[in-house]
Amino acid sequence: MTNLSPAATTSPHDWMKRQSRWSPVEILFWLATLLPFFLFPTYLTLASQIAIAALFAISVDLILGYAGIVTLGHAMFFGLGAYTAALLSLRMGWGEPITALIMAGAVAGAVGFVTSFLIVRVQHLALIMVTLGLGLLTYELANSLTWLTGGTDGLRLPRTWPVLNYFRFDLWGYTAYGFSLAVLFVAFLVSRRIVNSSFGLSLRGIRENVKRMPAIGSEYRWHLQKIYTISAVLAGMAGGLLTQTTSTVALDVLSFQRSADVVVMLILGGTGRLYGAILGALIYFIARDQLAGVNPQYWYFGIGLLLMVVVLFMPKGILGGLASLMGRKA
Amino acid sequence: MVKKIAAAMALGLCLGTASVAYAQETVKIGVILPYSGPFADAANQLQAGIDLYIAKHGDEVAGKKIELIKKDTGGPAADAAQRAAQELVVRDGVDILAGFALTPEALGAAPVSEEAQKLMVVMNAATSIVTEQSPYIVRTSVTIPQLNTAFGQWAAEQGVKQAYTLVADYGPGHDAEKSFSAGFTGAGGTIVGSDRTPVANPDFSAFVQRVRDANPEAVYIFVPGGAQPAAIGKALVDRGLAPPDVKILAQGELTHPEALQSMGETARGIITTFHYTLERDDPLNKEYVEGYTAANNGREPDLFSIGGYDGMHLIYEALKKTNGDTSGDALVEAAKGMSWQSPRGPMSIDPETRDVVQTVYIREVQEVDGKLQNVIIHEIPEVKDPLHGTR
Amino acid sequence: MLGNIVIVLFDGFAFGMLLFVLSVGLSVTLGLMNFINLAHGAFGMLGGYVTVTVMRHLGFPFLLALPMAFIAAAMVSVVFERTLFRRLYRAGELNQVLFTIGLVFVAAAVATYLFGTAQQPIILPSWLRGSIEIAGMRFGVYRIFLIAISLAIVALLVFGIERTRLGAQIRAAVDNQRVAQGLGLDVERVFAITFALGSGLAGLGGALAIEIVGLDPAFGFHFLVYVLIVVSVGGLGSITGSFVGAALLGIGDVAGKYFVPEIGSFLIYVLLVAILLIRPTGLFGRR
Repeated sequence: MTNLSPAATTSPHDWMKRQSRWSPVEILFWLATLLPFFLFPTYLTLASQIAIAALFAISVDLILGYAGIVTLGHAMFFGLGAYTAALLSLRMGWGEPITALIMAGAVAGAVGFVTSFLIVRVQHLALIMVTLGLGLLTYELANSLTWLTGGTDGLRLPRTWPVLNYFRFDLWGYTAYGFSLAVLFVAFLVSRRIVNSSFGLSLRGIRENVKRMPAIGSEYRWHLQKIYTISAVLAGMAGGLLTQTTSTVALDVLSFQRSADVVVMLILGGTGRLYGAILGALIYFIARDQLAGVNPQYWYFGIGLLLMVVVLFMPKGILGGLASLMGRKA
Repeated sequence: MVKKIAAAMALGLCLGTASVAYAQETVKIGVILPYSGPFADAANQLQAGIDLYIAKHGDEVAGKKIELIKKDTGGPAADAAQRAAQELVVRDGVDILAGFALTPEALGAAPVSEEAQKLMVVMNAATSIVTEQSPYIVRTSVTIPQLNTAFGQWAAEQGVKQAYTLVADYGPGHDAEKSFSAGFTGAGGTIVGSDRTPVANPDFSAFVQRVRDANPEAVYIFVPGGAQPAAIGKALVDRGLAPPDVKILAQGELTHPEALQSMGETARGIITTFHYTLERDDPLNKEYVEGYTAANNGREPDLFSIGGYDGMHLIYEALKKTNGDTSGDALVEAAKGMSWQSPRGPMSIDPETRDVVQTVYIREVQEVDGKLQNVIIHEIPEVKDPLHGTR
Repeated sequence: MLGNIVIVLFDGFAFGMLLFVLSVGLSVTLGLMNFINLAHGAFGMLGGYVTVTVMRHLGFPFLLALPMAFIAAAMVSVVFERTLFRRLYRAGELNQVLFTIGLVFVAAAVATYLFGTAQQPIILPSWLRGSIEIAGMRFGVYRIFLIAISLAIVALLVFGIERTRLGAQIRAAVDNQRVAQGLGLDVERVFAITFALGSGLAGLGGALAIEIVGLDPAFGFHFLVYVLIVVSVGGLGSITGSFVGAALLGIGDVAGKYFVPEIGSFLIYVLLVAILLIRPTGLFGRR
């Protein structure tokens, strides 16, 4: 919450300017994301999938952490983006990564815009159920269209064309990680700009108390629809990235599992912070790798326990916990 | 671009040499399976088949030690499988990729197998296209068209004139529907109706009622293992759709041990097609089943187990043939045309398609010594997958 | 043709009754405590496994195993409610959802460890098997049993809510918790008892479900979606709502699959979204 003590009153613009300044920790963090290229080249594929998951998590953080929309069906947009990129490559022979990614985002965004009309009409449990229902609906629809989507078996795609006609997608994952990281960074910049703007502030207002927003003249429904659409675009791009870096797609990109996993990542890292999304993705994948390595069958136990512990003792996620430790305000 | 490839190759060579030095002692096999999640049971059964083979034949082949490295995909996730395969090759330096209970897993790992030139042994995934994804893929399980086209043909030849098909609404189900119809209509039969049931379907009454309405001579069923076989079996009989009035034809999952136990009397007379029959009266099979149940707390082997077991056999024999050479090309060449006697019966690897060629068994549930079992009533030897080369 | 419709309705209603037994507990606790307990399905799974264990290892008959499932689930739920859940009553939807989902994960892993991943079949007593023929139509005996038990439970619940003191306390706490507390009602005790009852019913539902849908460690997840749909469509805190919602869902699902099988699988999701858009609090919801 913002600090409203009389001694520290600042104008809203100053406050927002302060929030948008780059702290040295942030700069260090982004520099560190380049380390895998040099120090851990055998981990590049894992790194690229973490980056994609982080992008997906950021897209959900925009609506969940900032606007307060709890969703259990966001894989719908992730999957739509994934299949758009896949079908462009397979059926239309178009494998240029950047344009295909934009198209993936556009298709997911269009669907997101249409469904946003439904989303703004419900709250609380009904909202969760509507997102869940829409997600499951999309999965079943894609399954019925197996002739198009390859169904549960999935599709094998021709290799994606080199990025900028130069960087070839290779076995080691250099291009995959580089491309995913670049897209993640750009998306992060965009998201950061959004949340540190007056639009972002109004979203937080909606999250805190939606009933009061019309009283201060905020067009909250339109704002919600806008952020929901933006979130769908980003999720679609994450899905498209996954297709492009793996040259395969299967029905499970639309599954409830994916929707649940991304929400778990957010709660682990901390909602409403953008970096929480990235950290959550990192923690989730590492935890999964380690726990599954110990005993693949019981990794569920580990992640379930982790989830329960985090919710009980660190409800603001790990970043939130750290922030409270250091005495910083949200 | 050239510099990047050169750098990557240099790095690869360094790691490669390092692992080659090690590899003179061990052969590393990366096993990719859905150990956690909804398909964990299949993964466990397959792994048990692998473990049984190693326990029986020791963990040394051609002077080298066999080491397994397991990676979980969590379910039908192509991306997780690809990452697992890539990590196994690049980080753990495996020589062979194995496992693959589900088609997306195989599709995901295929590019890695192709680029890194590693033998990839598919031990369960059953869609025809799998072996076409990489020249290094060999399959030791079964394909759905292999079983069902022959089955459909046999059914028509037995005098069944019409059939209603009822399959689960997902890839394998669609394949089963298509291949059964192809074989059945090709031999003169008519399909009077076809429905698809949702995969996570708790209740079959509506579908069974539709079948009842059509009053066919026979009904063909495909459902995945687990809870569904018993549920649909009971539903059919409850509606009066049972032999001898209506023939029930299905792929073998319908009459697996737990389903038979749950269905009880209602299972009598169901005719199924499968590549592995638990009760098959054969010394090799009996030995296999005894060893398996002893090692697994009384749990009996199933199609997943035999896929894993025979997959390991293929690996061992290939290694013996190449004298320990683990390069993908050598191993694939050794695997092509290999034929052996397995607990399931005779099987071989087609040298052109690298897919499994085996006997298709037609079984009927009959009472033997007071217990209902799958009794083999017909055998169709050396059946190949009919779809290769047609897509 | 009429006979077919009757049978389809009957089967759908029976399935709906199973869903009712599984969901009514969640509906009441959600309406009462505003606590989204997604681990409700895990209590169902517990009931199922208890049934299988006592039948197989202790040789109990099926009818005796059912109340055991109820009691076991009720007792375990009280322990969880007292120690863990009560800390989250004010924690917000997302946290409740995630905490209870974590619990389901843990429960699934424990079930895998104890029982393995295989299906757990049970053998029903002979008088519950097969079907009987009435007016030329065949009705499954087990389904008749399901309907009978569920109607009995509805009757007991409605009677309990309307006529007993505890029922009055529950109604008061659901209607307005603060005022009820102000009047001296021990709301926490009401919570605990209601929670135990609801979870016990889930356990019973799990035991009853084995014959229809089987039992494995993923049961908690499988049924989660159906239960949530019943609860949100029926309305929170309403027994009638759960009954109608479950019946609608069961019949709608089966009828949809019978008449238009191509859309059978997503009909319920379309219905869910449509109903919630028109009446966000469900058909019989209060808030």
